[in-house]
Amino acid sequence: MAGLTVSGLSVDYGHVAALVDVSFEAELGAITAVLGANGAGKTTLLRAMTGLVRPRAGTIRFGDKDLTGRRVEDVVRCGVAHVPEGRGVIEELTVEENLRLGSLWRSRRTRRGYDEVFELFPALAARRHRHASTLSGGERQSLAVARALMARPEVLLLDEPSLGLAPIVTGQLMRRLASLSRDEGITVVLVEQNARSALSIASAAVVLNLGRVVVADRPQVVAADAQLRHHYLGF
Amino acid sequence: MQRFVDLTLNGVTNGMIYAVVALALVLIWRSTGVLNFAQGAMAMFTTYIAGAIVEHRGSYWLAIAVALGSGAVIGAVIERTIVRRVENGPVLNPVIVTLGLLVVLEALAGIIWGGGLRSFPAYFSQLGVVVGHDRLAFSHFDLYVMVAIVTVLVALVVLFRFTSLGLRMRASAFAPDVARLLGVRVGRMLTLGWALAGVVGALAGALVAPELLLSPNYMDAVFIYGFTAAVVGGLQSPLGAVVGGLVVGLVLAYVGGYLGSTLEALGALAILMVVLMARPQGIFTRVAQRQV
Repeated sequence: MAGLTVSGLSVDYGHVAALVDVSFEAELGAITAVLGANGAGKTTLLRAMTGLVRPRAGTIRFGDKDLTGRRVEDVVRCGVAHVPEGRGVIEELTVEENLRLGSLWRSRRTRRGYDEVFELFPALAARRHRHASTLSGGERQSLAVARALMARPEVLLLDEPSLGLAPIVTGQLMRRLASLSRDEGITVVLVEQNARSALSIASAAVVLNLGRVVVADRPQVVAADAQLRHHYLGF
Repeated sequence: MQRFVDLTLNGVTNGMIYAVVALALVLIWRSTGVLNFAQGAMAMFTTYIAGAIVEHRGSYWLAIAVALGSGAVIGAVIERTIVRRVENGPVLNPVIVTLGLLVVLEALAGIIWGGGLRSFPAYFSQLGVVVGHDRLAFSHFDLYVMVAIVTVLVALVVLFRFTSLGLRMRASAFAPDVARLLGVRVGRMLTLGWALAGVVGALAGALVAPELLLSPNYMDAVFIYGFTAAVVGGLQSPLGAVVGGLVVGLVLAYVGGYLGSTLEALGALAILMVVLMARPQGIFTRVAQRQV
Protein backbone atom coordinates (compact mmCIF):
# COMPACT_ATOMS: atom_id res chain seq x y z
CA MET A 1 0.00 0.00 0.00
CA ALA A 2 1.22 3.45 -0.89
CA GLY A 3 1.92 5.91 1.90
CA LEU A 4 0.71 9.44 2.27
CA THR A 5 1.11 11.06 -1.13
CA VAL A 6 0.97 14.76 -1.90
CA SER A 7 1.10 15.56 -5.58
CA GLY A 8 1.14 18.88 -7.40
CA LEU A 9 -0.30 20.73 -4.42
CA SER A 10 -0.72 24.49 -4.95
CA VAL A 11 -2.32 26.92 -2.52
CA ASP A 12 -2.97 30.64 -3.07
CA TYR A 13 -3.76 33.25 -0.46
CA GLY A 14 -5.41 35.86 -2.63
CA HIS A 15 -2.80 36.70 -5.27
CA VAL A 16 0.06 35.30 -3.21
CA ALA A 17 1.13 31.76 -3.97
CA ALA A 18 1.80 30.00 -0.67
CA LEU A 19 2.52 26.57 -2.17
CA VAL A 20 3.57 25.85 -5.75
CA ASP A 21 3.35 22.35 -7.17
CA VAL A 22 4.47 20.57 -4.00
CA SER A 23 4.88 16.81 -4.31
CA PHE A 24 6.33 14.26 -1.91
CA GLU A 25 5.52 10.91 -0.39
CA ALA A 26 5.61 10.19 3.32
CA GLU A 27 6.54 6.57 3.84
CA LEU A 28 4.16 4.48 5.95
CA GLY A 29 5.22 4.06 9.55
CA ALA A 30 8.12 6.48 9.21
CA ILE A 31 8.82 10.08 10.16
CA THR A 32 9.08 12.61 7.37
CA ALA A 33 10.49 15.98 8.40
CA VAL A 34 9.28 19.09 6.55
CA LEU A 35 11.83 21.82 7.02
CA GLY A 36 12.35 25.39 5.92
CA ALA A 37 12.50 28.97 7.10
CA ASN A 38 9.58 31.04 8.32
CA GLY A 39 7.09 31.60 5.52
CA ALA A 40 8.34 28.65 3.48
CA GLY A 41 4.81 27.21 3.43
CA LYS A 42 5.21 24.43 5.99
CA THR A 43 2.11 25.28 8.01
CA THR A 44 0.10 25.89 4.85
CA LEU A 45 1.12 22.44 3.63
CA LEU A 46 -0.30 20.75 6.75
CA ARG A 47 -3.42 22.91 6.68
CA ALA A 48 -4.04 21.98 3.07
CA MET A 49 -3.53 18.30 3.89
CA THR A 50 -6.31 18.34 6.51
CA GLY A 51 -8.68 20.53 4.53
CA LEU A 52 -8.30 23.66 6.67
CA VAL A 53 -7.37 25.55 3.49
CA ARG A 54 -8.56 24.65 0.03
CA PRO A 55 -5.78 23.95 -2.47
CA ARG A 56 -6.02 25.48 -5.93
CA ALA A 57 -4.63 22.34 -7.48
CA GLY A 58 -3.16 19.00 -6.54
CA THR A 59 -4.21 15.92 -4.61
CA ILE A 60 -3.60 14.37 -1.21
CA ARG A 61 -3.99 10.62 -0.96
CA PHE A 62 -3.55 8.27 1.95
CA GLY A 63 -3.41 4.64 0.92
CA ASP A 64 -6.44 4.14 -1.28
CA LYS A 65 -8.30 7.14 0.17
CA ASP A 66 -8.41 10.48 -1.63
CA LEU A 67 -8.36 13.20 1.03
CA THR A 68 -8.50 16.11 -1.43
CA GLY A 69 -11.47 18.41 -0.93
CA ARG A 70 -12.88 16.54 2.05
CA ARG A 71 -14.08 18.44 5.07
CA VAL A 72 -11.76 18.60 8.06
CA GLU A 73 -14.04 16.40 10.16
CA ASP A 74 -14.00 13.74 7.45
CA VAL A 75 -10.24 13.86 6.89
CA VAL A 76 -9.88 13.23 10.64
CA ARG A 77 -12.15 10.21 10.25
CA CYS A 78 -9.72 8.79 7.69
CA GLY A 79 -7.24 8.44 10.55
CA VAL A 80 -5.32 11.67 10.03
CA ALA A 81 -4.59 13.63 13.21
CA HIS A 82 -3.30 17.20 12.95
CA VAL A 83 -1.67 18.91 15.93
CA PRO A 84 -1.79 22.58 14.95
CA GLU A 85 0.87 25.19 15.52
CA GLY A 86 0.58 27.01 18.83
CA ARG A 87 -0.52 23.82 20.54
CA GLY A 88 -4.31 24.17 20.23
CA VAL A 89 -5.25 22.73 23.59
CA ILE A 90 -8.62 24.01 24.73
CA GLU A 91 -7.80 25.98 27.85
CA GLU A 92 -11.33 26.08 29.21
CA LEU A 93 -11.46 22.28 29.38
CA THR A 94 -9.62 20.00 31.77
CA VAL A 95 -6.75 17.78 30.68
CA GLU A 96 -9.02 14.74 30.73
CA GLU A 97 -11.74 16.51 28.75
CA ASN A 98 -9.20 17.54 26.12
CA LEU A 99 -8.08 13.92 25.85
CA ARG A 100 -11.61 12.56 25.70
CA LEU A 101 -12.51 15.02 22.97
CA GLY A 102 -9.70 13.60 20.86
CA SER A 103 -11.16 10.11 20.98
CA LEU A 104 -14.88 10.78 20.56
CA TRP A 105 -15.16 10.11 16.83
CA ARG A 106 -13.78 6.59 17.31
CA SER A 107 -15.91 3.73 18.52
CA ARG A 108 -15.29 2.85 22.15
CA ARG A 109 -13.36 -0.27 21.24
CA THR A 110 -10.84 1.53 19.03
CA ARG A 111 -10.15 4.39 21.42
CA ARG A 112 -6.97 4.47 23.39
CA GLY A 113 -7.26 4.34 27.17
CA TYR A 114 -6.18 7.27 29.32
CA ASP A 115 -3.69 5.04 31.10
CA GLU A 116 -1.85 4.39 27.89
CA VAL A 117 -1.26 8.07 27.09
CA PHE A 118 -0.48 8.85 30.71
CA GLU A 119 2.24 6.22 30.48
CA LEU A 120 3.65 8.03 27.46
CA PHE A 121 3.28 11.46 29.06
CA PRO A 122 3.47 10.91 32.83
CA ALA A 123 3.35 14.64 33.64
CA LEU A 124 -0.23 14.77 32.38
CA ALA A 125 -1.49 12.10 34.78
CA ALA A 126 -0.95 14.33 37.80
CA ARG A 127 -2.77 17.19 36.08
CA ARG A 128 -5.65 15.06 34.85
CA HIS A 129 -8.46 17.11 36.40
CA ARG A 130 -6.81 20.52 36.10
CA HIS A 131 -7.78 23.03 33.46
CA ALA A 132 -5.47 23.05 30.47
CA SER A 133 -4.90 26.77 31.07
CA THR A 134 -2.80 25.85 34.13
CA LEU A 135 -0.31 23.76 32.14
CA SER A 136 3.21 24.80 31.20
CA GLY A 137 4.29 25.07 27.57
CA GLY A 138 5.82 21.60 27.52
CA GLU A 139 2.79 20.07 29.19
CA ARG A 140 0.50 21.73 26.70
CA GLN A 141 2.50 20.33 23.83
CA SER A 142 2.38 16.89 25.42
CA LEU A 143 -1.36 17.23 25.87
CA ALA A 144 -1.87 18.25 22.25
CA VAL A 145 0.09 15.23 21.02
CA ALA A 146 -1.50 12.88 23.56
CA ARG A 147 -4.96 14.10 22.54
CA ALA A 148 -4.21 13.36 18.90
CA LEU A 149 -3.06 9.85 19.88
CA MET A 150 -6.29 9.09 21.75
CA ALA A 151 -8.05 8.17 18.52
CA ARG A 152 -5.22 5.83 17.41
CA PRO A 153 -4.50 7.81 14.25
CA GLU A 154 -2.64 6.23 11.36
CA VAL A 155 -1.16 9.56 10.32
CA LEU A 156 0.10 12.25 12.67
CA LEU A 157 0.72 15.74 11.30
CA LEU A 158 2.72 17.84 13.76
CA ASP A 159 3.20 21.57 13.32
CA GLU A 160 6.26 22.91 15.13
CA PRO A 161 5.88 20.83 18.29
CA SER A 162 9.18 22.17 19.64
CA LEU A 163 8.13 25.82 19.37
CA GLY A 164 8.85 27.57 22.65
CA LEU A 165 10.08 24.44 24.40
CA ALA A 166 13.34 24.09 26.31
CA PRO A 167 15.94 21.95 24.48
CA ILE A 168 15.66 19.11 27.04
CA VAL A 169 11.88 18.98 26.65
CA THR A 170 12.21 19.06 22.88
CA GLY A 171 14.64 16.14 23.07
CA GLN A 172 12.21 14.12 25.19
CA LEU A 173 9.34 14.86 22.82
CA MET A 174 11.36 13.83 19.77
CA ARG A 175 12.38 10.54 21.38
CA ARG A 176 8.75 9.80 22.26
CA LEU A 177 7.67 10.55 18.70
CA ALA A 178 10.36 8.29 17.34
CA SER A 179 9.33 5.37 19.53
CA LEU A 180 5.63 5.94 18.79
CA SER A 181 6.22 5.83 15.09
CA ARG A 182 8.40 2.75 15.44
CA ASP A 183 6.18 0.80 17.87
CA GLU A 184 2.77 1.59 16.42
CA GLY A 185 3.64 2.18 12.80
CA ILE A 186 2.22 5.70 12.83
CA THR A 187 3.11 7.74 9.76
CA VAL A 188 4.41 11.08 11.02
CA VAL A 189 4.83 14.32 9.09
CA LEU A 190 6.87 16.60 11.30
CA VAL A 191 7.01 20.29 10.43
CA GLU A 192 9.91 21.93 12.23
CA GLN A 193 12.05 25.05 12.24
CA ASN A 194 14.31 23.22 14.64
CA ALA A 195 15.86 21.27 11.77
CA ARG A 196 18.62 19.57 13.71
CA SER A 197 16.36 17.74 16.18
CA ALA A 198 13.83 16.87 13.49
CA LEU A 199 16.51 15.39 11.24
CA SER A 200 17.78 13.31 14.14
CA ILE A 201 14.60 11.21 14.23
CA ALA A 202 13.33 11.45 10.66
CA SER A 203 13.85 8.88 7.94
CA ALA A 204 13.11 11.35 5.15
CA ALA A 205 13.31 15.11 4.82
CA VAL A 206 11.55 17.62 2.59
CA VAL A 207 12.95 21.15 2.46
CA LEU A 208 10.58 23.92 1.39
CA ASN A 209 11.47 27.43 0.32
CA LEU A 210 8.96 30.08 -0.77
CA GLY A 211 6.33 27.40 -1.27
CA ARG A 212 8.40 25.08 -3.45
CA VAL A 213 10.18 21.83 -2.68
CA VAL A 214 13.92 22.49 -2.78
CA VAL A 215 15.00 18.98 -1.99
CA ALA A 216 13.46 15.73 -0.77
CA ASP A 217 15.98 13.18 0.37
CA ARG A 218 17.30 11.11 3.25
CA PRO A 219 18.08 13.19 6.36
CA GLN A 220 21.78 12.31 6.27
CA VAL A 221 22.06 13.73 2.78
CA VAL A 222 20.26 16.93 3.75
CA ALA A 223 22.30 17.36 6.92
CA ALA A 224 25.55 16.78 5.05
CA ASP A 225 24.90 19.45 2.46
CA ALA A 226 26.50 22.56 3.96
CA GLN A 227 25.02 24.92 1.41
CA LEU A 228 21.50 23.59 1.93
CA ARG A 229 21.91 23.80 5.68
CA HIS A 230 23.24 27.31 5.50
CA HIS A 231 20.60 28.65 3.11
CA TYR A 232 17.43 27.04 4.33
CA LEU A 233 17.90 25.36 7.67
CA GLY A 234 19.93 27.87 9.66
CA PHE A 235 22.50 25.60 11.25
CA MET B 1 -42.02 42.33 56.94
CA GLN B 2 -44.85 40.50 55.20
CA ARG B 3 -44.48 42.88 52.28
CA PHE B 4 -40.74 42.26 52.11
CA VAL B 5 -41.29 38.49 52.07
CA ASP B 6 -43.92 38.80 49.36
CA LEU B 7 -41.72 41.01 47.21
CA THR B 8 -38.79 38.64 47.68
CA LEU B 9 -40.86 35.60 46.67
CA ASN B 10 -42.15 37.52 43.68
CA GLY B 11 -38.66 38.60 42.76
CA VAL B 12 -37.29 35.07 42.92
CA THR B 13 -40.09 33.63 40.77
CA ASN B 14 -39.76 36.35 38.14
CA GLY B 15 -35.99 36.15 38.44
CA MET B 16 -36.07 32.47 37.52
CA ILE B 17 -37.91 33.35 34.32
CA TYR B 18 -35.37 36.06 33.48
CA ALA B 19 -32.64 33.56 34.27
CA VAL B 20 -34.05 31.12 31.72
CA VAL B 21 -34.27 33.79 29.02
CA ALA B 22 -30.72 34.89 29.89
CA LEU B 23 -29.58 31.29 29.68
CA ALA B 24 -31.02 30.96 26.18
CA LEU B 25 -29.13 34.11 25.15
CA VAL B 26 -25.91 32.81 26.71
CA LEU B 27 -26.23 29.44 24.95
CA ILE B 28 -26.32 31.19 21.60
CA TRP B 29 -23.81 33.93 22.38
CA ARG B 30 -21.23 31.46 23.63
CA SER B 31 -21.41 29.17 20.64
CA THR B 32 -22.01 31.56 17.76
CA GLY B 33 -21.15 35.03 19.11
CA VAL B 34 -24.60 36.19 18.08
CA LEU B 35 -26.88 38.12 20.38
CA ASN B 36 -30.29 36.73 19.54
CA PHE B 37 -32.71 39.65 19.76
CA ALA B 38 -35.45 37.36 18.47
CA GLN B 39 -35.21 35.03 21.50
CA GLY B 40 -38.31 36.56 23.14
CA ALA B 41 -40.25 36.58 19.88
CA MET B 42 -39.40 32.92 19.25
CA ALA B 43 -40.77 32.09 22.72
CA MET B 44 -43.87 34.16 22.02
CA PHE B 45 -44.47 32.21 18.82
CA THR B 46 -44.09 28.79 20.42
CA THR B 47 -46.42 29.80 23.24
CA TYR B 48 -49.07 30.82 20.69
CA ILE B 49 -48.69 27.36 19.17
CA ALA B 50 -49.17 25.84 22.62
CA GLY B 51 -52.20 28.08 23.17
CA ALA B 52 -53.72 26.88 19.91
CA ILE B 53 -53.34 23.26 21.04
CA VAL B 54 -55.00 23.96 24.39
CA GLU B 55 -57.87 25.71 22.57
CA HIS B 56 -58.41 22.67 20.41
CA ARG B 57 -58.98 20.69 23.57
CA GLY B 58 -55.51 19.27 23.70
CA SER B 59 -54.04 18.75 27.13
CA TYR B 60 -51.82 21.31 28.83
CA TRP B 61 -48.88 18.91 28.92
CA LEU B 62 -49.20 18.08 25.24
CA ALA B 63 -49.22 21.82 24.54
CA ILE B 64 -46.05 22.34 26.60
CA ALA B 65 -44.31 19.43 24.88
CA VAL B 66 -45.23 20.82 21.45
CA ALA B 67 -44.06 24.31 22.50
CA LEU B 68 -40.66 22.98 23.55
CA GLY B 69 -40.39 20.85 20.42
CA SER B 70 -41.31 23.71 18.11
CA GLY B 71 -38.82 25.90 19.99
CA ALA B 72 -36.11 23.42 19.03
CA VAL B 73 -37.25 23.32 15.41
CA ILE B 74 -37.54 27.10 15.07
CA GLY B 75 -34.11 27.60 16.66
CA ALA B 76 -32.46 25.00 14.42
CA VAL B 77 -34.13 26.27 11.25
CA ILE B 78 -33.20 29.88 11.98
CA GLU B 79 -29.57 28.90 12.56
CA ARG B 80 -29.34 26.74 9.46
CA THR B 81 -31.13 29.02 7.04
CA ILE B 82 -30.44 32.56 8.25
CA VAL B 83 -27.80 32.98 10.95
CA ARG B 84 -25.23 30.76 9.20
CA ARG B 85 -25.16 33.20 6.29
CA VAL B 86 -24.36 36.27 8.37
CA GLU B 87 -22.16 34.75 11.10
CA ASN B 88 -18.84 35.49 9.45
CA GLY B 89 -19.65 38.95 8.13
CA PRO B 90 -19.46 42.26 10.00
CA VAL B 91 -20.58 42.02 13.64
CA LEU B 92 -23.57 44.26 13.07
CA ASN B 93 -25.15 41.92 10.51
CA PRO B 94 -26.44 39.26 12.93
CA VAL B 95 -27.79 42.02 15.18
CA ILE B 96 -29.82 43.48 12.33
CA VAL B 97 -30.92 40.02 11.18
CA THR B 98 -32.15 38.89 14.62
CA LEU B 99 -33.89 42.27 15.13
CA GLY B 100 -35.54 41.70 11.77
CA LEU B 101 -36.62 38.23 12.87
CA LEU B 102 -38.17 39.74 15.97
CA VAL B 103 -40.29 42.08 13.85
CA VAL B 104 -41.24 39.33 11.38
CA LEU B 105 -42.23 36.84 14.10
CA GLU B 106 -44.36 39.41 15.95
CA ALA B 107 -46.05 40.47 12.72
CA LEU B 108 -46.63 36.85 11.75
CA ALA B 109 -48.21 36.08 15.12
CA GLY B 110 -50.46 39.11 14.69
CA ILE B 111 -51.55 37.92 11.25
CA ILE B 112 -52.26 34.35 12.39
CA TRP B 113 -53.71 34.88 15.86
CA GLY B 114 -54.71 38.57 15.91
CA GLY B 115 -53.28 41.38 17.97
CA GLY B 116 -55.62 41.12 20.97
CA LEU B 117 -54.89 39.57 24.35
CA ARG B 118 -55.46 35.85 24.77
CA SER B 119 -55.41 33.85 27.95
CA PHE B 120 -53.13 30.91 28.53
CA PRO B 121 -53.95 28.27 31.16
CA ALA B 122 -51.85 27.99 34.31
CA TYR B 123 -52.73 24.36 35.10
CA PHE B 124 -51.94 24.87 38.82
CA SER B 125 -53.67 27.34 41.16
CA GLN B 126 -52.33 30.87 40.99
CA LEU B 127 -53.70 31.73 44.44
CA GLY B 128 -51.07 32.33 47.08
CA VAL B 129 -50.43 29.59 49.62
CA VAL B 130 -51.79 30.29 53.11
CA VAL B 131 -49.25 29.99 55.89
CA GLY B 132 -50.71 30.60 59.38
CA HIS B 133 -53.07 33.55 58.86
CA ASP B 134 -51.29 35.07 55.92
CA ARG B 135 -51.60 34.41 52.25
CA LEU B 136 -48.10 34.42 50.75
CA ALA B 137 -47.35 35.77 47.28
CA PHE B 138 -46.35 32.27 46.27
CA SER B 139 -48.79 29.91 44.57
CA HIS B 140 -48.76 26.31 43.49
CA PHE B 141 -48.17 27.60 40.00
CA ASP B 142 -45.09 29.52 41.20
CA LEU B 143 -43.82 26.31 42.75
CA TYR B 144 -44.36 24.55 39.43
CA VAL B 145 -42.46 27.32 37.64
CA MET B 146 -39.54 26.86 40.04
CA VAL B 147 -39.49 23.08 39.72
CA ALA B 148 -39.70 23.23 35.94
CA ILE B 149 -36.87 25.73 35.68
CA VAL B 150 -34.62 23.99 38.18
CA THR B 151 -35.20 20.72 36.31
CA VAL B 152 -34.12 22.33 33.05
CA LEU B 153 -31.07 23.90 34.70
CA VAL B 154 -30.00 20.57 36.17
CA ALA B 155 -30.58 18.84 32.82
CA LEU B 156 -28.38 21.42 31.08
CA VAL B 157 -25.63 21.06 33.67
CA VAL B 158 -25.72 17.28 33.24
CA LEU B 159 -25.68 17.63 29.46
CA PHE B 160 -22.73 20.01 29.36
CA ARG B 161 -20.67 18.56 32.21
CA PHE B 162 -21.18 14.84 31.96
CA THR B 163 -22.04 13.82 28.40
CA SER B 164 -19.82 13.61 25.35
CA LEU B 165 -22.38 15.59 23.37
CA GLY B 166 -22.01 18.39 25.91
CA LEU B 167 -18.22 18.14 25.67
CA ARG B 168 -18.46 18.46 21.89
CA MET B 169 -20.74 21.47 22.22
CA ARG B 170 -18.44 23.20 24.70
CA ALA B 171 -15.40 22.53 22.54
CA SER B 172 -17.20 23.92 19.48
CA ALA B 173 -18.04 27.07 21.42
CA PHE B 174 -14.57 27.60 22.90
CA ALA B 175 -12.38 26.65 19.95
CA PRO B 176 -14.27 25.72 16.77
CA ASP B 177 -11.16 25.16 14.65
CA VAL B 178 -9.49 22.88 17.18
CA ALA B 179 -12.76 21.00 17.68
CA ARG B 180 -13.01 20.45 13.93
CA LEU B 181 -9.48 19.02 13.89
CA LEU B 182 -10.59 16.54 16.54
CA GLY B 183 -13.43 15.36 14.34
CA VAL B 184 -16.25 17.33 15.98
CA ARG B 185 -18.94 18.29 13.48
CA VAL B 186 -19.02 21.90 14.65
CA GLY B 187 -21.81 23.01 12.33
CA ARG B 188 -24.17 20.47 13.86
CA MET B 189 -23.20 21.56 17.36
CA LEU B 190 -24.07 25.18 16.56
CA THR B 191 -27.45 24.14 15.18
CA LEU B 192 -27.99 22.09 18.31
CA GLY B 193 -27.07 25.09 20.47
CA TRP B 194 -29.73 27.19 18.76
CA ALA B 195 -32.24 24.37 19.13
CA LEU B 196 -31.49 24.09 22.85
CA ALA B 197 -31.83 27.85 23.27
CA GLY B 198 -35.14 27.60 21.43
CA VAL B 199 -36.36 24.95 23.90
CA VAL B 200 -35.22 26.90 26.94
CA GLY B 201 -36.79 30.11 25.64
CA ALA B 202 -40.04 28.30 24.82
CA LEU B 203 -40.23 27.11 28.42
CA ALA B 204 -39.88 30.68 29.70
CA GLY B 205 -42.56 31.86 27.27
CA ALA B 206 -45.06 29.23 28.39
CA LEU B 207 -44.38 29.83 32.08
CA VAL B 208 -44.98 33.59 32.04
CA ALA B 209 -47.93 33.49 29.64
CA PRO B 210 -50.65 32.84 32.27
CA GLU B 211 -49.69 35.98 34.17
CA LEU B 212 -48.88 38.31 31.27
CA LEU B 213 -51.53 37.00 28.82
CA LEU B 214 -50.63 36.28 25.21
CA SER B 215 -50.16 39.09 22.72
CA PRO B 216 -47.64 39.38 19.88
CA ASN B 217 -45.32 41.53 22.01
CA TYR B 218 -45.93 40.03 25.45
CA MET B 219 -42.35 38.73 25.66
CA ASP B 220 -40.71 42.09 24.90
CA ALA B 221 -40.36 43.19 28.52
CA VAL B 222 -39.37 39.68 29.64
CA PHE B 223 -36.72 39.60 26.93
CA ILE B 224 -35.32 42.98 28.01
CA TYR B 225 -35.07 41.85 31.64
CA GLY B 226 -33.57 38.52 30.56
CA PHE B 227 -31.10 40.41 28.39
CA THR B 228 -30.19 42.61 31.37
CA ALA B 229 -29.67 39.44 33.42
CA ALA B 230 -27.41 37.96 30.75
CA VAL B 231 -25.30 41.12 30.61
CA VAL B 232 -25.08 41.23 34.42
CA GLY B 233 -23.81 37.64 34.30
CA GLY B 234 -21.35 38.47 31.56
CA LEU B 235 -23.02 36.75 28.54
CA GLN B 236 -20.49 33.89 28.70
CA SER B 237 -21.43 32.13 31.87
CA PRO B 238 -24.54 29.97 32.35
CA LEU B 239 -24.16 30.32 36.12
CA GLY B 240 -23.85 34.07 35.62
CA ALA B 241 -27.10 34.05 33.66
CA VAL B 242 -28.94 32.36 36.52
CA VAL B 243 -27.50 34.64 39.20
CA GLY B 244 -28.06 37.66 36.94
CA GLY B 245 -31.68 36.60 36.51
CA LEU B 246 -32.24 36.38 40.24
CA VAL B 247 -30.53 39.75 40.84
CA VAL B 248 -32.65 41.45 38.19
CA GLY B 249 -35.83 39.74 39.47
CA LEU B 250 -35.22 40.81 43.06
CA VAL B 251 -34.16 44.38 42.27
CA LEU B 252 -37.16 44.89 40.02
CA ALA B 253 -39.50 43.45 42.66
CA TYR B 254 -38.17 45.81 45.33
CA VAL B 255 -38.15 48.80 42.99
CA GLY B 256 -41.70 48.01 41.87
CA GLY B 257 -42.91 47.33 45.40
CA TYR B 258 -41.32 50.19 47.29
CA LEU B 259 -40.89 52.89 44.64
CA GLY B 260 -43.80 52.19 42.31
CA SER B 261 -44.32 49.71 39.51
CA THR B 262 -43.87 52.33 36.81
CA LEU B 263 -40.20 52.55 37.77
CA GLU B 264 -39.45 48.87 37.07
CA ALA B 265 -38.07 49.44 33.58
CA LEU B 266 -35.90 52.26 34.91
CA GLY B 267 -34.63 49.86 37.56
CA ALA B 268 -33.48 47.45 34.84
CA LEU B 269 -31.77 50.31 33.04
CA ALA B 270 -30.05 51.35 36.27
CA ILE B 271 -28.74 47.79 36.85
CA LEU B 272 -27.47 47.65 33.29
CA MET B 273 -25.66 50.97 33.63
CA VAL B 274 -24.14 50.21 37.02
CA VAL B 275 -22.86 46.80 35.89
CA LEU B 276 -21.52 48.12 32.59
CA MET B 277 -19.69 50.95 34.34
CA ALA B 278 -18.29 48.90 37.22
CA ARG B 279 -17.62 45.59 35.48
CA PRO B 280 -18.13 45.79 31.72
CA GLN B 281 -17.21 42.13 31.34
CA GLY B 282 -20.08 41.15 33.66
CA ILE B 283 -19.88 39.69 37.13
CA PHE B 284 -19.13 36.11 36.18
CA THR B 285 -16.86 36.37 33.21
CA ARG B 286 -13.14 36.20 33.66
CA VAL B 287 -11.33 38.38 31.21
CA ALA B 288 -9.34 36.05 29.02
CA GLN B 289 -5.70 36.24 29.94
CA ARG B 290 -3.33 34.97 27.33
CA GLN B 291 -0.23 33.22 28.48
CA VAL B 292 2.72 33.64 26.21
